[in-house]
Parts: sequence; C-alpha cells; structure tokens
Amino acid sequence: MNENDKSLRVALLGNPNTGKSSLFNALVGGQQQVGNYPGATIEKFVGRCTHEGRELAIIDLPGLYSLNPASPDEQIAVDVLLTPNVADMQVMDVVVCVLDASNLVRNLYLTTQVLELGIPAVVALNMMDIATQAKTAIDVEQLSAALGVPVVVTHGSRKQGIVELRSAIASAAVVATTTVTFSESVEAAIASATTATAAPAVACQRRRFLNELALSTDVESCVDEQVESKQTSEFNAALDLCKQQLDAAGDRISMEPIARYAWINQVVSSVVERGDTDHSLVRRRWLDRVLIHPFSGSLVFLAMLTLLFQAVFSWSGPAMDLIGTLFQWLGSGVESLIAEGILRSLIVDGLIAGIGGVVIFLPQILILFFFIGLMEDFGYMARAAYLMDNIMSKVGLSGKSFIPLLSSFACAIPGIMAARSIKNRNDRLATMLIAPLMSCSARLPVYILLTAACIPERRVLGGWISQQALVLLSMYSLGIVVAICVAWILKKTILKGETPVFVMELPSFKMPSVSIVSRKMFQQGMDFVKQAGTLILACTVLIWALAYFPRSEGTMEQLSATQTSGIQLRNSYLGRAGQAIEPVVRPLGWDWKIGIAVLASFPAREVVVGTMGVIYNLGDQEDEASVGLRDHLRNARWDDDPTKPVFTVPVGLSIMVFFALCAQCVSTLAVLKKETQSWRWPLFTFVYMTVLAYVAAWVTFVVASSSLTV
Amino acid sequence: MPPLFLSDLRRSSAANVVAVHEADGVSLRLLEMGLVPGTQVTRVGSGPLGDPLEFELLGFSLSLRKAEARRVEVQVMQEVCEKDASQR
Repeated sequence: MNENDKSLRVALLGNPNTGKSSLFNALVGGQQQVGNYPGATIEKFVGRCTHEGRELAIIDLPGLYSLNPASPDEQIAVDVLLTPNVADMQVMDVVVCVLDASNLVRNLYLTTQVLELGIPAVVALNMMDIATQAKTAIDVEQLSAALGVPVVVTHGSRKQGIVELRSAIASAAVVATTTVTFSESVEAAIASATTATAAPAVACQRRRFLNELALSTDVESCVDEQVESKQTSEFNAALDLCKQQLDAAGDRISMEPIARYAWINQVVSSVVERGDTDHSLVRRRWLDRVLIHPFSGSLVFLAMLTLLFQAVFSWSGPAMDLIGTLFQWLGSGVESLIAEGILRSLIVDGLIAGIGGVVIFLPQILILFFFIGLMEDFGYMARAAYLMDNIMSKVGLSGKSFIPLLSSFACAIPGIMAARSIKNRNDRLATMLIAPLMSCSARLPVYILLTAACIPERRVLGGWISQQALVLLSMYSLGIVVAICVAWILKKTILKGETPVFVMELPSFKMPSVSIVSRKMFQQGMDFVKQAGTLILACTVLIWALAYFPRSEGTMEQLSATQTSGIQLRNSYLGRAGQAIEPVVRPLGWDWKIGIAVLASFPAREVVVGTMGVIYNLGDQEDEASVGLRDHLRNARWDDDPTKPVFTVPVGLSIMVFFALCAQCVSTLAVLKKETQSWRWPLFTFVYMTVLAYVAAWVTFVVASSSLTV
Repeated sequence: MPPLFLSDLRRSSAANVVAVHEADGVSLRLLEMGLVPGTQVTRVGSGPLGDPLEFELLGFSLSLRKAEARRVEVQVMQEVCEKDASQR
C-alpha cells in the first residue's frame, strides 16, 4: 500500500477462529503478498482484488478479541486501526468485521468496538452453515438495521457470498451511528476529553480513552507511549476524573464489557431465533469428550505426535530418494561435461554437493508443516495446548507456550514468532529462548546422516524398534527434557514471575481447508529453499574455497591420488584452521574435519551436511563414482592412525548431542533480535546453548566410550 | 452462605455469573470473553490432573485454570441443565 495508491484500503478483522483467513483467500485469490510490520516480525498479509474497476487493497489483520489489546499481535491490529502511521500504514477506508454466525454474541463484542471507530464498515456473517446446523435462524436484514451497516452472508471456504462482499466493500460509505452508549458520567468525560480533537479523530480518541480507562496500574502498558504523551491536558484531566469516579463505584474494568454485552444481548434477542437442538454443539461436545478427556485425550495426543513423526521420517523417503538421485545425476552429468580442474571442483564438490545435501530435506519440512497446518485448521492445536497446560504450568509456563514449541520442531523461526500470542513478557521470552532447543528440521539431516554412518542397524526391544530410530527418538527427547529444565531455571532466575494465566477459547472443529494449508506449506517450503539458495549456498562455496586453496601443485606427483587429496585438504586454509582448533574438539572425540564442519555450520545447522559433503568429497577421491556421503564418512580414518575409523558410535552420538543443543542458526538469532528488540537475548541464547552443547557432547562421548568398551 | 466461584462448580452444572473479582487485565479479558454478570456458564470438564477446567458459555468453549476460575463469582441456577448433563 504505497502513497499514490488510489485503491480502497480495506482492513479485514475479527475474532480468532472465525474463518477469516479462508475468507481473505477467497476475496483476493492468489493476489497476495506476505510482508512484515515495521519493527515487528508479525506477518502482514496484503491482497488485492477488483470490483467493477475499483481496486481493493485488503489487509488481513491478526485475529483479536477486543480493541483493548492483551498481546503483541492484538496490539498490531489495534495500531493499524488507531494509529496507522505507527504501523507504517494509512488510514483505512473500510473495515470488514468477520463474524462467526454460530458464536454471534461474543463475536459482536469486537464488532461494536470497531463500529465506533468512525470508519465505514461492512459485516461479513461467516460460517452460516454451522449456525444453520445449530438450527439458529439469524435475521440478516434486521441485524444490518441494528448495527447500522451492511451485513453480507459469506462462506469463505466454499467461496460463497464473495462477489456480494466485494460489492459491499466497494460501495461502503456508511459509518455506523447506532452504537453502545455508556453511563452519563462516562459519556460526559469522553465528551470533555475530546473537545480539543478535530472532528475525524474524535472516534479514535473515544477508543483511546476507553483503553486508558480500563488499563489498571498492575498491567504492563500496551498503549503506545508516543500516543500517550501526545494527549491533551483536557484528555488527561477527564481521564483521571473518570477513573476516580469508576474506582469509587468499583467497576472501572467491568464498565465497558457490561454495557456492550447488554447492548448485544438486546440486539441478538430480536435478531436470532435459537432452535432447541444444536447439532454442531453436540458434535463438538462429543469430539471433545474424546479429544480432551484426561485419559483418551492424552492417548490421542501421543498417537497424533507419533503419526506426525512417522509421516516426517518414513513417508518422505521416496521423495528424498528422488531428489538425491537427481543431484547425483546432476553431479555426474557435470563431471562428464567439464574437464577436471577448479571449475569442475567448484560446481560438483561445492555447489551440487552443498545444495543437494540441504534440498533433500524439503519433503520432510513440507510434510511437517502440512501436518501442523492441518491440526491448526481443524482446531486441534488449542486442545493440545489445553492438554499440555498442566505440565507446562509446572515449569512456570502455560499451555499457550506449547504451540510455539511444537512449531519449533519444524523450524524455530515460526515457533519464536508464534510466541507473540503470549501476553506476559517474561513468559514470552522464556518460550522464545527454549524454542531453539526443540529439534528442528535442520537438525534432522545431521541426525539422519550420522545415525546412518555411525549407528549399526539392529533391532532392539524385542525387534519392535530399530536401534537407529531409537537414537533419533532420544535426540528429540533430549531437546525436550533440556528445554523443560532451562525453562524452569529461567523462570526461577532471570525471568522471574508468576505462572501465567490461561484463558483460551477451544474453537469449534472445522474441516481443514487443504488449499489454505497447502498454500501455507508451500510458503514455508519456499522460504526454506530461498535460504538454501542464498545463505547456505554462500557458506558451502566459501567452505569449498577454503578447502581448495592454496593449491600446492607439482610437489606430490609421486603420491597416489588419495594421498594427494588428503594432503591437499590438510594444507588448505580450512585444514590449517581445523588443526588449530583440534585441541578444543578432541575431548569430544572429533577429528579436525568434524571440528571445522561444525565451526563452518555456524550460519545454519544443515550446512554441516553440505560442509561434510565438501570436505569428505575433496579429501576422498578414492572412487570416482560417488557412493554417497554416508559411505564417505564410514570410510573416514584418523590422520595419525589410518586403521582407526573416525565415525564410531560415541563420536556419532557426541556430534548429534552437540547439534541437538547448539544454537548454530543465524536466522534464529536474527529473529530473536527482531522480536526482543535487543542483542542481549540472541547473545544470551547463543552462549547458553553453545556451552550446554559442548558440555553435553563431552559427557556423551566419555560415557559412551567407557560403556561401550566395558 | 459463602460466595460460590466458577472453580467450585461441579461437572455438568450451570451457574450465572455474579461478578469478576480483581481489577486487572486478566479480569478484563474474562469479562470481554463474555463472563459478565448474568451470563450462564456450564462446567463441562477438566484437563489431565484436574487443571485447566473447561466451561461453556454463549455457545462456545472456554478453558480457564482453577486460579482464574476462582476470580469469577457465580450463583447456581435453580434448574440444573438436565439436558446438558445427559449429553455429556
């Protein structure tokens, strides 16, 4: 939305779980971009569509319950409406309130607040089918008359009522006039507070006044300080007087909700006719009886997680094999085209080996995001949070931290961003700081490679489970257990605070929309590929160059090819640096090649696979036909003792434990910086995780070596 | 009779909200979610180990911890919802 844009600026807002995003998708189709709000990483979805030649620029705001914001993502929505310049936006021309028809009373709370903002509004009555199932009849015309704005019946996921909604938006000019009025003294206070305000801004001032009024001293201020300091003395005087009056009566907090719900109940009683059996409610109760029952709910929860990991690890096999074959074919194709030399080495050993090693994990990432998307859309995530709340509260967090942590199994970045729905600063910080401990999909390549290379394929526990799967499972559990301990320590020390409150709606179940879930999945997949294409590419090329140069031609003609490449690697810049740090990594059982691969994977964990690919490809030219990185690792021997394999079980475990706990991810640290607005927390995270990883890897190596030799 | 709170409500029993105590942001959100005086609330279930609790009001489900439910004073209605009880 730029300055000279003549299109109509439209804000789409509503409670969470109203089907708002499917409505947004139906309105704008593929014409949407994802951006960020300034100073925050909250995703800004803007889409465009036209109606009879008129262009509509629609912004999909985060779901919220009230214009009195209680969390950072609610704050953004309020900023866009009240102080658009803070959110780098312009004043909205039209607001569309999305209502869940089956949950009309509570949804209307936000609507009545929005209608008072003096912006032309349209109401989209969504999910009427559920309301119809519930045998609830809503008189749309009468509702429109009561609210004073057009009401359009829509069904986002079936694309019904979309043309009508676009038309209502394009011709929207009506500012609602029939709104909630408060007691005489409050209205008088608002009037005197806004006397000095120019006409168009009065409505927004009214909202600011109400927000300030409800803000009590013990709540962290959500109102932008910039705005606060700009208020006139009349505003502040009227506010103080009104606060005193309401405090004396003891209803400063409850004044607004009571007045609004009284108004809403009056409207709804004349507009809605309720049937006697509510089928959707019966179905939801029935499902919830199973899904959040203390016993069966926990079983379903575990089954869901098992299914999720099963899908990620086994269903992705064929696609991964395909990508692997493709890159191998590409590598050998290039090898046959280009003569041996620096260019071929750069392309085959650097680019193709590096990128191929990372892109191969795309199927797993897509599957994970798809599953999480499905569970979210179905309404299961809130149930999972409900089930997990008790455990989370034991370490001083709430069930709400569970969703960010679960997302972090895919990637810590969306996980850290999802923590925005957490109200309290300390709880949000604690969640963000432990999120990178969840084994994200970038660790998966490391685990899979090292398990395949170091852990013998054997069945354990009576043949039920393979030893390799067991190792994989322990790595995931390690992250979780450590995260729990760290959270507990954080909440006891630097992030002290009460166990957070837990007030959460359990949304009604709905059929997940495959198109929305797929769209989100591809979006996240693309982000991953873009990262693989830039950051990881740059790293692998750099590593290749450091391992390739300086060339010492001509001195080793009498040696075999293997010896040549081994010596070449050791004499390269990378080799020299590696040998310099070897004393540091030796206690962990690593040789200098592992050390350098780990060091080089600081920008992103998955780089280590590419780096190992480069290092062991360059250092091991024994067989011309590439047999895969796994076999390269299995064949790797210590420089000082060519009979001793490098990748033994204790070494493999120690590398995996290191990667399970380390903070080798620049993007995560960058997101932490963005979300916390300070370098302090990313730095803290990096230090604590690296120290933890080093110590744990050392302990693992020592324990594993001694227990395996006994 | 001592005041009754949402946290005291037995499974499948319904009550009307009388007041939300404590004047802070949490109470404001409880009120905004519809827990205003007069709203009928039904206790439906509880999570593993007895916390959080699940309630139904205005046709939607809301989960609260016991600590938050203790802020909401209620009055049990004369007729307990037989229908709700049988459905659970």
